[in-house]
Amino acid sequence: MNSFYADLGPRRGFAAWMLSTDHKRLGIMYLSALLLFFSVGVSLGVLIRLNLISPGTFVQAHNYNRLFTIHGIIMIFLFIIPGIPVSFGNFFLPLLIGARDVAFPRINRLSWWLYLAGAVVVLASLFFGGGPLDTGWTFYAPYSVQTRTNVSMAVLGVFILGFSSILTGLNFITTIHRLRAPGMTWHRMPLFVWTLYATGWVQLLATPTIAISLLLIILERFFGIGFFDPAKGGDPILFEHMFWIYSHPAVYIMVLPAMGIISEVVPVFSRKVIFGYSAVAYSAIAIAAVGYLVWGHHMFTSGMSDTARVVFSFFTFLVAVPSGMKVFNWLGTLYKGSIRLDAPMLHALSFIFLFSIGGLTGLIQSAVATNLNLHSTYWIVAHFHYVMFGGMGFSFLAGLHYWFPKMFGRMYRERPAKIGWLVFFIGFNVLYFSMFILGYNGMPRRYFDYPPQYFTGQLVATIGSWILAAGLIIIFRNLIVAFYKGPKAPDNPWGGSTLEWQVSSPPPHENFGKMPVITRGPYSFE
Amino acid sequence: MTEKGTIESSAEEKHTGYTGAKFGMWFFLMTELIFFGGMFLLYSVYRSKYAADFHTAALDENIVIGSLNTVILITSSFTMALSISAIRKGNNLLSSWLQAGTMTMGCIFLVNKYFEWSDKIGRGIYPDSPLMMQKKKGEILFYGLYYVMTGIHAFHVIVGIAVIGTMLFLTRSGAIDSRSFVKLENTGLYWHFVDIVWIYLFPLFYLVT
Repeated sequence: MNSFYADLGPRRGFAAWMLSTDHKRLGIMYLSALLLFFSVGVSLGVLIRLNLISPGTFVQAHNYNRLFTIHGIIMIFLFIIPGIPVSFGNFFLPLLIGARDVAFPRINRLSWWLYLAGAVVVLASLFFGGGPLDTGWTFYAPYSVQTRTNVSMAVLGVFILGFSSILTGLNFITTIHRLRAPGMTWHRMPLFVWTLYATGWVQLLATPTIAISLLLIILERFFGIGFFDPAKGGDPILFEHMFWIYSHPAVYIMVLPAMGIISEVVPVFSRKVIFGYSAVAYSAIAIAAVGYLVWGHHMFTSGMSDTARVVFSFFTFLVAVPSGMKVFNWLGTLYKGSIRLDAPMLHALSFIFLFSIGGLTGLIQSAVATNLNLHSTYWIVAHFHYVMFGGMGFSFLAGLHYWFPKMFGRMYRERPAKIGWLVFFIGFNVLYFSMFILGYNGMPRRYFDYPPQYFTGQLVATIGSWILAAGLIIIFRNLIVAFYKGPKAPDNPWGGSTLEWQVSSPPPHENFGKMPVITRGPYSFE
Repeated sequence: MTEKGTIESSAEEKHTGYTGAKFGMWFFLMTELIFFGGMFLLYSVYRSKYAADFHTAALDENIVIGSLNTVILITSSFTMALSISAIRKGNNLLSSWLQAGTMTMGCIFLVNKYFEWSDKIGRGIYPDSPLMMQKKKGEILFYGLYYVMTGIHAFHVIVGIAVIGTMLFLTRSGAIDSRSFVKLENTGLYWHFVDIVWIYLFPLFYLVT
């Protein structure tokens, strides 16, 4: 049977891909775009670190603000938020529930075009108008309304990316409701599907808030309406509220599907049914739901009543409960399992370790009293990178190694993958754990320069960034070599029991010759 | 085990397609609701902060045109609903006329809106104008909200008219008929949504005095 890589329609090559509505082709295209933006983001990050060992030598002060802004915007809006749903979600959601495609294949293609359009507009904003913006990725008013850099265009790009995200979420929810194969009941769905479902709702219900907030920023800049301008009666803090009403749930857009991948990888490499299937499934929904009520914890120092701070602090503690449940269930799955430490599993275990550090430090800063001390220091930057990069980043690599044979039909070499993982893992901790210490000692975030007592910490962090980059180079070099020269992959190299492993590698057009009928849960390894 | 080969039976496909399309449309409307919700949030915060200024500013609104527009938009929702009933009963011609009527009323709504806006702008009431800057803060915000919210609403009306125009074309060409009308139904849902937003905007801007 022809794999989906063969052009069957009237078109060939590039056009056949760009005009394709095949969820697998869209997934592959998204994946390559994501990796491109990820590499740009990493390079900018390394440049930020480079400046911090010798402020002013490599980067000018005003360019430093632009640097961390662009690093943030590319990483957040072009890589992490679309991230796992558009790449692995697109490729594997229909396969995992036994469908031929998503519910609206043409809308799926439209999402992809909107993503590209948004990315082009964001990147174009770096070269037109006032040049790269310097507001930070949060676009806080009133500065974003006043700065002469090209905020309007960048924000328009993010607005377009929002549409892409909404349509993907809408598509996935409808797909999960309507297109499950016969016998694929809700409680037989693989857990990655559950997390995509929860993520879809967050994309759907949170993204419109940032769409309107960003639109208002553009209108402010062009017409001077005054919603966020105190001189005209407006309130800049309202912008912060509206921004975080989206952007906190967006954190769960990033991390929920990451948790889904871990829930797929851990049972397969422990040869055990997942411990507490329903707890893992419903905790995803709970995280998504409670995640709406915690946005105020980004604004404890912005000006807010004590009552509001206590309430937001309480809900923030609450969201740790379902997250903790997931961690315990993964550990329960590992217990007495026949653990195989292949590359996907190493990344998955690193996720559990790093996400736990990120999550527990999150609790420290969600207590109002400590937050007032730690707010706007490197501590927050460290926490954020542990959760996002240590969370989503490691999970993304776990998924990439786990599904690489299925997506590309080739195997990678295990040894370099493991070495790459080790170097990456060490570099990651050297880089970001130093930031916890720096932040705890009072190093403020987003500062171009600093007093000499922070030099050692900054130096260690920068060396960490080099180790981290070296690890990533080893990992991706290995995968690129495998892509071109790897031996042909078997259909089920890991002994997985979910549906994607029952089709050929790479999967055929329309996924299934005969529609599968499901008679058991997703993880049975007898 | 189903043995239907690569293509599911068309009846089943059509059924999933219909329900799926309705699902998708309702999800989309939720996002629209939250999109407008952001603006309603601003309105409620600023109104509670500047209640007296909002009262003064709203005195300037032309309640006759506002009421007229409300009647027009509600009537257009009625013709929209009728056009779907007509297509279900197989009366494509009647449905086409009703769709055209809906579009016409949408256009009249926009014309009225145009006169309202140009009257205000002519008198110097628009964001950042010299006259506005002399007014009280709450009044500045009231008119800011007025222009942004009715403006974005009007944009939705324009999109709605364009989509109904497409549906009219599809109905005339036979692509929409009594067996396949989910596109028209979804267009109707969208149009009703735009109508409902106006039903909230009308009291908030014209009747708060």
